[in-house]
Amino acid sequence: MTTPKLELTDVHKRFGANRVLDGFDLSVGRGESVVVLGGSGTGKSVMLKCILGLLHPEAGSIKVDGEETVGIGQRERDRINRQIGMLFQGAALFDSLPVWENVAFGLLAQKRCGRRSARDRAVEILGQVGLGERIADLYPAELSGGMRKRVGLARAVATRPAIMFFDEPTTGLDPIMSDVINNLICSSVKDLGATALSITHDIASARKIADRVAMIYQGRIIWAGAVAEMDQVDNPYVDQFIHGRAEGPITSGMAG
Amino acid sequence: MPVLQPIGRMFLSFLEATGRLTLFTLVSLSHCVRPPFYPRLIGRQMLEIGYFSLPVVGLTAIFTGMVLALQSHTGFSRFSAEGAVATVVVLSITRELGPVLAGLMVAGRIGAAMAAEIGTMRVTEQIDALTTLSTNPYKYLVAPRLIAGVTMLPLLVLVADSIGVFGGYLIGVYRLDFNPASYLTRTWEYLEIMDVVSGVVKAAVYGFIIALMGCYHGYHSTGGAQGVGGATTNAVVSASILILTFNYVITALFFSS
Ligand SMILES: Nc1ncnc2c1ncn2[C@@H]1O[C@H](COP(=O)(O)OP(=O)(O)OP(=O)(O)O)[C@@H](O)[C@H]1O
Ligand SMILES: [Mg+2]
Repeated sequence: MTTPKLELTDVHKRFGANRVLDGFDLSVGRGESVVVLGGSGTGKSVMLKCILGLLHPEAGSIKVDGEETVGIGQRERDRINRQIGMLFQGAALFDSLPVWENVAFGLLAQKRCGRRSARDRAVEILGQVGLGERIADLYPAELSGGMRKRVGLARAVATRPAIMFFDEPTTGLDPIMSDVINNLICSSVKDLGATALSITHDIASARKIADRVAMIYQGRIIWAGAVAEMDQVDNPYVDQFIHGRAEGPITSGMAG
Repeated sequence: MPVLQPIGRMFLSFLEATGRLTLFTLVSLSHCVRPPFYPRLIGRQMLEIGYFSLPVVGLTAIFTGMVLALQSHTGFSRFSAEGAVATVVVLSITRELGPVLAGLMVAGRIGAAMAAEIGTMRVTEQIDALTTLSTNPYKYLVAPRLIAGVTMLPLLVLVADSIGVFGGYLIGVYRLDFNPASYLTRTWEYLEIMDVVSGVVKAAVYGFIIALMGCYHGYHSTGGAQGVGGATTNAVVSASILILTFNYVITALFFSS
């Protein structure tokens, strides 16, 4: 068996008395696209931040390319993060920089090209997320929420990272634009051979971009399987979630 | 012991804050001297601190020089020692009032802006985004501000010194009827190089304090707009208190022997 690109084993993370991740296991193969589903506040964003080293789990192991990343030093962390692109849930664009510099930030930081060609590349990627050259020189504050999200997505994929994290890529987008973004994620995985780990509440989007789906509930993965199995599964939690029913084992708002 | 518990807790959190600040300072300093550097960002901060603070600092300095001349004239005329006005003005400005007032004004202007900007970046996850884009936030955000603070405040203070002395001259010559030439002679006569140097050293230290407090409180702010507001207040208050404390310490070091 080949080593998975990402492997989380028995990860624990809590904030005070709030156990957010409680024995979390997940593995993502090379070139695979996994979608994590789960209710609001179940720790999906926290999981991504643990992998990126922005939060430090109390226990457990997180391996990237078979290499342990929990407790490593800054230098190794920088090397590992270099191959990861992340779309933050709130986009997290740099307000002091124009849109194109946001998108090209990783390219410029890694000194892969000069400012002029970085701008050309940024405009090209903005085109792929459905944004015209006109907005390249605007500032993030001048964009709508959905536009910001797409700029964040463009920034995440600009360096063509081997691993991509998307925290709710289609939230706040219209159905057509959602599909454009889904296609972009699919093509990043299929054509560039990237590994993708996405979080979404959008079941339609999950069906389109996922090879495999995992469902998080109360700090751990309660079900994981191929996207085709999602509809036949007799797990009542998964069933309730994908059909969006208020009645079921997941009690509204009180999860966790 | 319910009485001792809060005291112990306060003491522990004090130690924790001290340790965190020390660590922050050391890490920031180490990033100031190691490449990569960001000349564009350093330049932008220098412009912000040095150039755009000129009006505020200039106005503060000229009125301070003017009021010093008036007040010391009132005082010294009671001993028939009006001739000392020019000397008192230039010494007070270069040694104390130039650096302290410029420091306090810049702390209000720049320290607050730094804390607000970095604090907003923290709570909107922009600092997290920086790290994921292979950019160290200490290098990208903190180091340029520290470098700009340490280099620009001394220049600002030299300008403030000149304007302050000019303010004293205006009042001396046009209001108190000093002879212009003799006022200037009196200004230069007793001024020593150490008076100016001590002021410039103070300014560099204040520049460091202002930038450090702005960055530190911004960097560690939590909890949305309210947290950023708190960070801004803390940055200005702590920078002001440290400036006044270090003003005494540096004065004692320079002039007590
Ligand atoms: N920095 C933090 N400090 C304290 N608690 C936190 C912090 N970040 C997250 N939490 C807590 O962790 C839990 C999970 O948060 P997280 O952001 O991962 O949710 P999520 O699954 O991404 O939800 P959503 O789908 O709404 O984005 C929440 O209960 C939240 O209160
Ligand atoms: Mg989230």
